[in-house]
Amino acid sequence: MTAEETAEETAEETAQVSAQGRAVGTPSPRVDGRAKVTGSAAYAYDRPVDDPVYAHPLQATIARGRVIAIDTVAAAGVDGVLAVVTHRDAARLADTEDAELSVLQSDAVAFRGQFIGVVLGETPEIARYAAGLVRVEYEEEPHDTELRADRTDLYRPERVNEGFATDTDEGDVDAAMEAAAVTVDQIYTTPMEHNNPMEPHTTVAVWDPGGGFLGDARLSLFDSTQSVHAVRSTLARVFGLRPDQVRVMSPYVGGGFGSKGMPHAHNVLAVLGARAVPGRPVKLALTRHQMFSLAGHRTPTIQRVRLGADEGGRLTAVAHEAVEHTSRIKEYAEQTAAGTRMMYAAPNRRTAHRLAALDVPVPSWMRAPGEAPGFFGLEVAMDELAVACGLDPVELRVRNEPEVDPESGRPWSGRHLVRCLREGAVRFGWEGRPAVPGTRREGRELVGLGVASSTYPYYRIPGSRAVVAYDGRGRYTVRIGAADIGTGAWTVLTQIAADALGCPLGAVSVEIGDSDLPRATVAGGSSGTASWGSTIVAACRAFRHAYGEDPPRGAEAGGEMPRDPDAKRFSMHSFGAQFAEVRVDADTGEIRVPRMLGVFSVGRVINPRTARSQFIGGMTMGLSMALHERSVLDHRTGHVINHDFAEYHIATSADVMDVDAVWLDEEDVHAGPLGARGIGEIGIVGAPAAIANAVHNATGIRVRDLPITPDLLLH
Amino acid sequence: MIPFEYLRAGDPAEAVAAVAGRPGAAFLGGGTNLVDHMKLGVARPDLLVDVSRLPLDRVEETGSGLRIGAAVRNSDLAAHPLVRERYPVLARALLSGASGQLRNAATTAGNLLQRTRCPYFQDVTTPCNKRDPGSGCSAIGGYTRYHAILGASEHCVAVHPSDMAVAMLALDAVVIVLGPAGERALPLADLHRLPGDTPQRDTVLEHGELITAVELPDLPFARRSAYRKVRDRVSYSFALVSVAACLDLDGGAVRDVRLALGGVAHKPWRAALAEEALLGATVTEEAFRRAAEAELAAARPLHGNEFKVPMVRNAIVATLRDLAEEGR
Ligand SMILES: Cc1cc2nc3c(=O)[nH]c(=O)nc-3n(C[C@H](O)[C@H](O)[C@H](O)COP(=O)(O)OP(=O)(O)OC[C@H]3O[C@@H](n4cnc5c(N)ncnc54)[C@H](O)[C@@H]3O)c2cc1C
Ligand code: SF4
Repeated sequence: MTAEETAEETAEETAQVSAQGRAVGTPSPRVDGRAKVTGSAAYAYDRPVDDPVYAHPLQATIARGRVIAIDTVAAAGVDGVLAVVTHRDAARLADTEDAELSVLQSDAVAFRGQFIGVVLGETPEIARYAAGLVRVEYEEEPHDTELRADRTDLYRPERVNEGFATDTDEGDVDAAMEAAAVTVDQIYTTPMEHNNPMEPHTTVAVWDPGGGFLGDARLSLFDSTQSVHAVRSTLARVFGLRPDQVRVMSPYVGGGFGSKGMPHAHNVLAVLGARAVPGRPVKLALTRHQMFSLAGHRTPTIQRVRLGADEGGRLTAVAHEAVEHTSRIKEYAEQTAAGTRMMYAAPNRRTAHRLAALDVPVPSWMRAPGEAPGFFGLEVAMDELAVACGLDPVELRVRNEPEVDPESGRPWSGRHLVRCLREGAVRFGWEGRPAVPGTRREGRELVGLGVASSTYPYYRIPGSRAVVAYDGRGRYTVRIGAADIGTGAWTVLTQIAADALGCPLGAVSVEIGDSDLPRATVAGGSSGTASWGSTIVAACRAFRHAYGEDPPRGAEAGGEMPRDPDAKRFSMHSFGAQFAEVRVDADTGEIRVPRMLGVFSVGRVINPRTARSQFIGGMTMGLSMALHERSVLDHRTGHVINHDFAEYHIATSADVMDVDAVWLDEEDVHAGPLGARGIGEIGIVGAPAAIANAVHNATGIRVRDLPITPDLLLH
Repeated sequence: MIPFEYLRAGDPAEAVAAVAGRPGAAFLGGGTNLVDHMKLGVARPDLLVDVSRLPLDRVEETGSGLRIGAAVRNSDLAAHPLVRERYPVLARALLSGASGQLRNAATTAGNLLQRTRCPYFQDVTTPCNKRDPGSGCSAIGGYTRYHAILGASEHCVAVHPSDMAVAMLALDAVVIVLGPAGERALPLADLHRLPGDTPQRDTVLEHGELITAVELPDLPFARRSAYRKVRDRVSYSFALVSVAACLDLDGGAVRDVRLALGGVAHKPWRAALAEEALLGATVTEEAFRRAAEAELAAARPLHGNEFKVPMVRNAIVATLRDLAEEGR
């Protein structure tokens, strides 16, 4: 293919849909809204099935060692118990490469709470009661769950999450720090946190053995997942089935925040249970307690951030080194410092990630993995630098705005951070901010304002396919195995399809959440709308190309996600500026956040209603991260001891006051046919730092460890 | 299913007889604490005697004060006009607890007898002397943010979690108890115990003793009273520390005062030493601070909850200061 042909194809593939757009850009109500508010939306566990069996897991009560005896006699003898499955009798898995999914395959215990069996009963109560009768003996080995930066066994992972390089080093940071007029060198920490979507992880699994020969078996699941196709392909591999033997359905999902982005051990456990009672649907819902050891979590981080600058606040050195944990049985390396690589202009830059492999459950994705914890460290450090230089923190950031991506040298597809900062400063009343920390007092409250930058990469994941069909009576059906985890994706995809077909919104139905639909990539990395949306645009264009404006009944055409040639030529990221006001009770240190404002630059906004909900939802989660969330790992037992909603605090409605989000009116002409870069995660990034910086402005106390609790601000 | 029997008692005497006659039996109020414990395996009663629908659901004037039926729901008590008018500290304490849904279900007696929220107590996979006597105390050396600074023992460092009880203690409440041998009146101050070496016993009640009512004596100056709850989030969280106070001023001096603390001990804590220091004192922040410090001299914080000492001190000062300002 010649260069000219490539350019032509690119132009066609990435032609923006804006020209004929009618639905895109409007605040369409959610297509699934009515079903959800009336309670008729059937989530995985709600699906009516005939003759269900209920599974209750058995969990290890040691953090490391082996099961040497397991007495299931009493449990098995309970009326209504159908089977008790343990490592002794569970079906052997075809693929045990992924240790998290290698469930009941040996007597080894790698973390406290790990599955060591499952009880199957006629009712949930019977299964739970019988599970309590199982007696287990262990051979316990010493365990270690404590992350510290001075551990001697920290190691350098090969790569970090999303395939980023583990370390980067440009110029000479040490020399630049030495020579710098102003420096910041501090340690920032973020705690272990749990995703805690409202809907727990649930699966209903049916094993149909067919003729008894594995090649005839059929496995179907109703599952609460961010990716039906990932669950299908993974379970097929683990159980030695062809993908076409497995069907996964997930029409409604009550949140995931990354914890449902990939199958976890409970999926395998449910299928092992289903194999023990062939033909009967096995229902498994993790309890809230169980979710704290089995559904992923955000690693704690210890971050050293060093900044060097001249008197004017121009950065000469940026170093961000993160220490984090992973589980001993499976590596997950959070990309905590990766966002720092492209954020500010500085000739000398270094980032590094080191891991401790501990006897903890397997960490995983949690909303904005990498950026969310990493921008606490970086953006609080920037605030400290502003104080050290005597500069306004907005101005400091403006002065360090890079013209091109400092890491790759590529031009930006659209970097409007400065506009976000300036726009936000005006809207928020930034000029009224107390110049000297701890000096504004209203009644018994100390008042302060803070700011932080946000960013999130533009991800578009290839591999999706969509099919458009026409019924001959004015209705189009678009099929793609995408997931709406509460984000509004279903609605947005319907808008995109309507515009791409040039028909009214009401003439299109989009089908999602079923692995029998054309394959789709995960609802993760804020990539769904861009990936599936551009795929749908391609399918709709193929459809019109084949059938024109007057298609016959039964007309059908498909399309794949178009390639993204600009992704290699441009550095593509979303940006934002977050502002927070805090009020700290001078007597008790209690913290209120009466106002938050986020100004975002994310390319085109497809649906202002659902977009706003994503932004303020992310900011609220950032508030919760700033002030509340902390999984307390008791290193003596090796488990999270505050494992319920009374003890693991998430911001309540009363904690969330005025949270507002606005966005620049723009489109990113390089971001595929939609010009949209993704909005699901950026709202949480920077919000904790904005609050921490506001706390400093209010009190003069610099908190470098999350969460910021009243005891830290007591006088 | 975990087997247990259920009985809806027809009258208080029947309830007492049913529980007293069976070691594994328990009274059931709103169930917001007990039923959770049954699900968690913390409590395993074999008979539940439901007392939530006994005719103990009225708030009545007694001539010398108020009589609150044991089955009165927390939300009804908080909204009662006489409570709001005469004992605002109690209404505020109730409304600062739990959530609207829980308060609609929770009863007065159940609230007094709710058990500690110590996370180790609620997690049957960890040792706990209160749940399993002699097994050890996991909180010591562990997560102690919500634990005691006063009156604890080496066997247990848990706190009593109720907000309502702290306010009632400041109001000199008396608990009416019906047992197999008849009725007795017990000052609320004597109901809850310190842990000592028997932390499994939260109160002095014998098995089968039913709380039928709580009586609040007339305390005119309680009209100027306040409840201050310091917590990690604004709603739906237990107190880190809390202060219930009633203040009577005579010009610039303290004529009378009632002060009780929550979140600091195995029982709602009457701050008698602070009260003593305040009587007759001139109303100044300094006097309030000295009184708080007198009470806290005995504080023995744990590793991890040292902050509670200054937090209680500041909360006492702030509560008294606000009440004094209200009076000006
Ligand atoms: C998530 C959550 C948050 C909460 N937050 C708070 C808070 O912030 N502040 C606060 O104060 N509370 C809080 N609570 C606790 C709540 O106040 C108690 O659960 C409630 O008051 C208990 O009342 P109940 O009627 O439901 O008691 P039950 O659960 O029915 O009973 C509790 C105990 O009392 C016994 N009992 C009941 N009635 C009688 C009787 N008449 N005589 C003798 N014994 C009896 C029972 O046998 C049982 O042992 C919270 C609870 C939850 C679940
Ligand atoms: S403090 Fe008391 S309730 Fe908590 S673990 Fe120790 S003994 Fe048990």
